[in-house]
Amino acid sequence: MYLQTTNVTKQYANHLALNKVSIEVPKGTVFGLLGPNGAGKTTLIRIITRITAPDSGEVFIDGRPSKSDDVFNIGYLPEERGLYKKMKVGEQAMYLAQLRGLSKAEAQRELMIWFRRFDIASWYNRKVEELSKGMQQKVQFISTVIHNPDLLIFDEPFSGFDPVNAEMIKNEMLRLKAEGKTIILSTHNMESVEALCDNIALIHRSQVVLQGKVFDIRREHRTNIFRFRLRNNDFLFEHPSFTLVSKEPYHEFTDIRIRKQPEVATNELAKLIFDNFDVVAYDEEIPTMNDVFIETVKQ
Amino acid sequence: MNTLSLVIQREYFTRVRKRSFIIMTLLMPLLMVALSFVPLWLSTLNDGAVKNIAVIDNTGMYAPLLKSTDQYQFQIINDAQQNEYQSKIGKDIFAILQITDDLNRNSNAVTILSEKQTSQELRTMVENALSEKVMEQRLDDLSQQGNVNAAAISEVRSIIESGTKISVKTMKWGDDGKVSESSAEIATIIGMVFTILIYMFILMYGNMVMQAVLEEKKSRVVEVMVSSVKPVNLLIGKIAGIGLVGITQLVIWGVLTGVLFTALSVFIALPQQAPAVMSAEMSNFDMGGVMNAVLSVNWFEIIVYFLLFFVGGYILYASIFAMFASAVDSEEDTSQFMMPVTIIIMFAFFAGFYSVSNPDGPLAFWGSLIPFTSPIVMMVRLPFGIPLWEKLLSLVLLYGTFILISFFAAKIYRVGILMYGKKPSIKEMMKWIKYK
Repeated sequence: MYLQTTNVTKQYANHLALNKVSIEVPKGTVFGLLGPNGAGKTTLIRIITRITAPDSGEVFIDGRPSKSDDVFNIGYLPEERGLYKKMKVGEQAMYLAQLRGLSKAEAQRELMIWFRRFDIASWYNRKVEELSKGMQQKVQFISTVIHNPDLLIFDEPFSGFDPVNAEMIKNEMLRLKAEGKTIILSTHNMESVEALCDNIALIHRSQVVLQGKVFDIRREHRTNIFRFRLRNNDFLFEHPSFTLVSKEPYHEFTDIRIRKQPEVATNELAKLIFDNFDVVAYDEEIPTMNDVFIETVKQ
Repeated sequence: MNTLSLVIQREYFTRVRKRSFIIMTLLMPLLMVALSFVPLWLSTLNDGAVKNIAVIDNTGMYAPLLKSTDQYQFQIINDAQQNEYQSKIGKDIFAILQITDDLNRNSNAVTILSEKQTSQELRTMVENALSEKVMEQRLDDLSQQGNVNAAAISEVRSIIESGTKISVKTMKWGDDGKVSESSAEIATIIGMVFTILIYMFILMYGNMVMQAVLEEKKSRVVEVMVSSVKPVNLLIGKIAGIGLVGITQLVIWGVLTGVLFTALSVFIALPQQAPAVMSAEMSNFDMGGVMNAVLSVNWFEIIVYFLLFFVGGYILYASIFAMFASAVDSEEDTSQFMMPVTIIIMFAFFAGFYSVSNPDGPLAFWGSLIPFTSPIVMMVRLPFGIPLWEKLLSLVLLYGTFILISFFAAKIYRVGILMYGKKPSIKEMMKWIKYK
């Protein structure tokens, strides 16, 4: 599913939750929806899932304005999520699956597949309140994907999972992506953004302040700092185009970071260093999404 | 299947399957029947001690009629002994019964003097014996006057003697208001029962809706739910599902109570099976008259109106409860909003209570028209028979109001369930209505 929002604006009593937000999520990609707390991500997701309506602006699905039936083709895992504590796991999953448009038989069949895949079939008749948080999250994840929707929206999907289960969820997401599903991932975990997302949009103070391919964004934010690992301990260096940012010993090596003037070619720096020192490793320091996030939000 | 019916089903079945619901539903009729029959039964158990009653009969006509029983021994004494016996009250003598005049002329001329509260049983026994005699006297007088057909009187006598007391009463006093009075009593009882039921159910099930909304919001289930169910369907489903639980409980209570009462009444009304004292007790309680009166009530109409008012009142209040519950985060925060609502319901209940004595007075009239009190007050008035236009107007007002209120409630609910944090003011909630 190809999703697009154009100039979506939403005003609550005393604050503007979204201000002309336009994003584009290509089909079959993972889209990272980033932003500090209270930036308006949840409001945008609620508008996409038709839980609330925008004051102005529109949501397009596959190029046409979204309509109420589209919710059956969306799977949404909210950040704040719960289950009916007194219900049995199976009953609850069946209920949610049927609410998402599956018939009883379909729901039963799909649930068995997913319960086996997540190795939780034995919980079917347990009450939800007996489950740990992680187990509940699994049930919620299943209920999000059970109806095989083309658009999946995960809001902090990894919270409450141990690393093993978080990895499993990550792999499930990649599997879904490989099946051609479109995924929106909203998270504060920037490592998973780098690992999973093709594109991102960063929302800050109700506006999109950054949008594009993850790698492009990181490159755009490069600081022209290069890292060298040298065998030499006696590093001395003086050059008008290059400045030494830091110098630290690393075991028997020395790690140095050098910033070059943007207009100077990278090769020039490399040549200079390689000619004068014994280089073990070398790369350009590309900022992590975490750095990009902090830098952008702090501005 | 559409989402609304799924929501209704879940709300309904998770509740009726609860152990507490099943126990409550089955136990309540037993409890009600027990509450009305056990005291009656207990009152028939004597405490074993023989109670001596001294009888001073100035007329000499009545004393011989009082037959001693296992429990009460009547002793005829004369005026002169009065003081002596009076000092024995509470010791050898339980009470002094004094008849000072011909009861035919002065029916108040009889008193029972005792230290302790005289039992209802003793009073009934004495009253029955004396009434019978007075009736005899009056019939004698009537036949002596000669202006009445002697055959008719002897027929009346034979009817009385044959023990079909019940039909005699109906025949004899049928025209002078006695029967209609007993049906007014029945109407009062029926009205009160239905009023209490509606009051109880609105409070109980309205609260259940509130709890359900709060629970969903607190556990954040609602976040998961709204992605596939429209908030308005979630609200309607909840109110409808819980309402159906209420109706289920009502029907089961009605049927069970009816069956139990009928079974017990039949058992008790059979004279050969009932103990002698009990039948004396029951003879005062005009079973046939009550039955006739009960049967003469238009049950179909009352039940139809009851359901209509129940549904209207329940939805009206449930919407209000749901609306406030959706706006807050915890039970503690609800009290500020719930207080005024509860006061209105309480007011309606008391208005209903006082309308019993004057079912056509202004309190009853306006109470049964104003939508917030009408479901409760109207139930009091219904069995007394009121004009159709009042019933229809009241229903139209009630249904119009609940449609309006639930429309706003749905608007507020929709926003409220997804809002956390600060408790909103009424003013802020009003703003939510305008949200898209």
